[in-house]
Amino acid sequence: MSYTWNFDIVWSYRWIFLTGTGVTIGITIAVVLLGLIVGLIAGIAQLSRSPTLRWLSWAYIEMFRLTPLLVLLLWFYYALPILTGIKLDAITASIVTLTLYGGSFYAEVIRGGIVSIEPGQSEAGLALGMTPARVMRRIVLPQAIKRMIPPLMNQSIIQFKNTSLVSVLAVPDLLYQGQVAAMDTYRALEVYTVIAAIYVVVLLPLTAIVKGAEKRLAQSN
Amino acid sequence: MSYKIEVSGLRKSFGALAVLRDINLKVEPGQVVALIGPSGSGKSTLLRCLNLLVMPDGGRIRIGKDSFAFGDGSKLPATREQARFRSNTGMVFQHFNLFPHMTVVQNVMEGPVSVKALPKPQAEALAGKLLAKVGLSDKVDVFPNKLSGGQKQRVAIARALAMEPEVMLFDEATSALDPELVGEVLGVMRDLAAEGMTMIIVTHEIGFAREVADRVVFMRDGVIVEEGPAREIIGQPKQEATRIFLSHFHNRG
Repeated sequence: MSYTWNFDIVWSYRWIFLTGTGVTIGITIAVVLLGLIVGLIAGIAQLSRSPTLRWLSWAYIEMFRLTPLLVLLLWFYYALPILTGIKLDAITASIVTLTLYGGSFYAEVIRGGIVSIEPGQSEAGLALGMTPARVMRRIVLPQAIKRMIPPLMNQSIIQFKNTSLVSVLAVPDLLYQGQVAAMDTYRALEVYTVIAAIYVVVLLPLTAIVKGAEKRLAQSN
Repeated sequence: MSYKIEVSGLRKSFGALAVLRDINLKVEPGQVVALIGPSGSGKSTLLRCLNLLVMPDGGRIRIGKDSFAFGDGSKLPATREQARFRSNTGMVFQHFNLFPHMTVVQNVMEGPVSVKALPKPQAEALAGKLLAKVGLSDKVDVFPNKLSGGQKQRVAIARALAMEPEVMLFDEATSALDPELVGEVLGVMRDLAAEGMTMIIVTHEIGFAREVADRVVFMRDGVIVEEGPAREIIGQPKQEATRIFLSHFHNRG
């Protein structure tokens, strides 16, 4: 088989790919930050003394963790309006879905990080006369966050890749722009190869940072 | 005589297991009481009830001016009340439980700064004084993972003292230490006792109990079997259970 590679056509789409990359990065930043807030709330709710809060957070975490992301995206975009009359535009639906999906995974990391701190640490804080909330803030979280950082970053890397699914809602992210270019040019091989390479190039430095963080953590404990 | 600590009718069960059954205990100001007994006798649970790390099911506890009743319709003390009550008793744990993300001096300052809102310079001065007292002035800026067990426990004692508690509770403070490090911790405890600190010590160091404690309380199966002056209880125990327990230590030398 002889295939003549032609990257010149791809090059002419460089600005479209760049804006696509920008949209992908923008969505990722939004869903990582929002997801961390949701995850922190759900993760701490899992450890609450209130059975209702524990049940609610459990139901949320399992529902979103165990449903395929593509199904969730389609549900929030096409099904939610039928149920509630609220019609989200494609970008909002994507951000809401990815936030709740990522948040369910973050919640498990955060809960796990908190319970990994020995009970003696809390007891020592309580014995000094701290309230449970202060013990969490001053003693438990500072230690737990250090342990959470590598898995949270890994989860965020996965979130970056997950954003490619929003292309099914015609959100103009990197993959969507690639699909347009591939159809325009009939150069699927070149276009999708370049698209794949862009994801890798953006994420490579991040994986290096995670490795470094894991190493520092191993040394400090 | 007004007692510093008064415990009456204290009860605690874990599920079906009654760990404390009608405990009554009075401690005078400046007194050192050693709680001894076989493992599972309830002595650690009693100590942890005294600062509410374990919530009693029934009875009363008074330490200094603060007093709480438990069970029989009495409401559990509110979170803030519990915290205030605990701040008046210093607790030293078997496994030190130092805060690993803080230096030695930060460990000692944490209580006064975050609970009493003491300004940092004053807290630092206080911590410096206490660390000098436990012989660790040279370790102020070191992290706990660089310390020996004995040093860690001395920092933990300084940390508890920083809250200026009326009472110090020691939960097997030397049990996790290598034998050659036990002496330095007992030395600090001996000094505290000599200064007139009211102390309750859960210990397996029978020799230390005899030397430092004013009173020894022997517990078994959740009840106080026998109590009295240290020399009497350890020298001439009246109860068979106490004799059997102490014989393990005599045999060991």
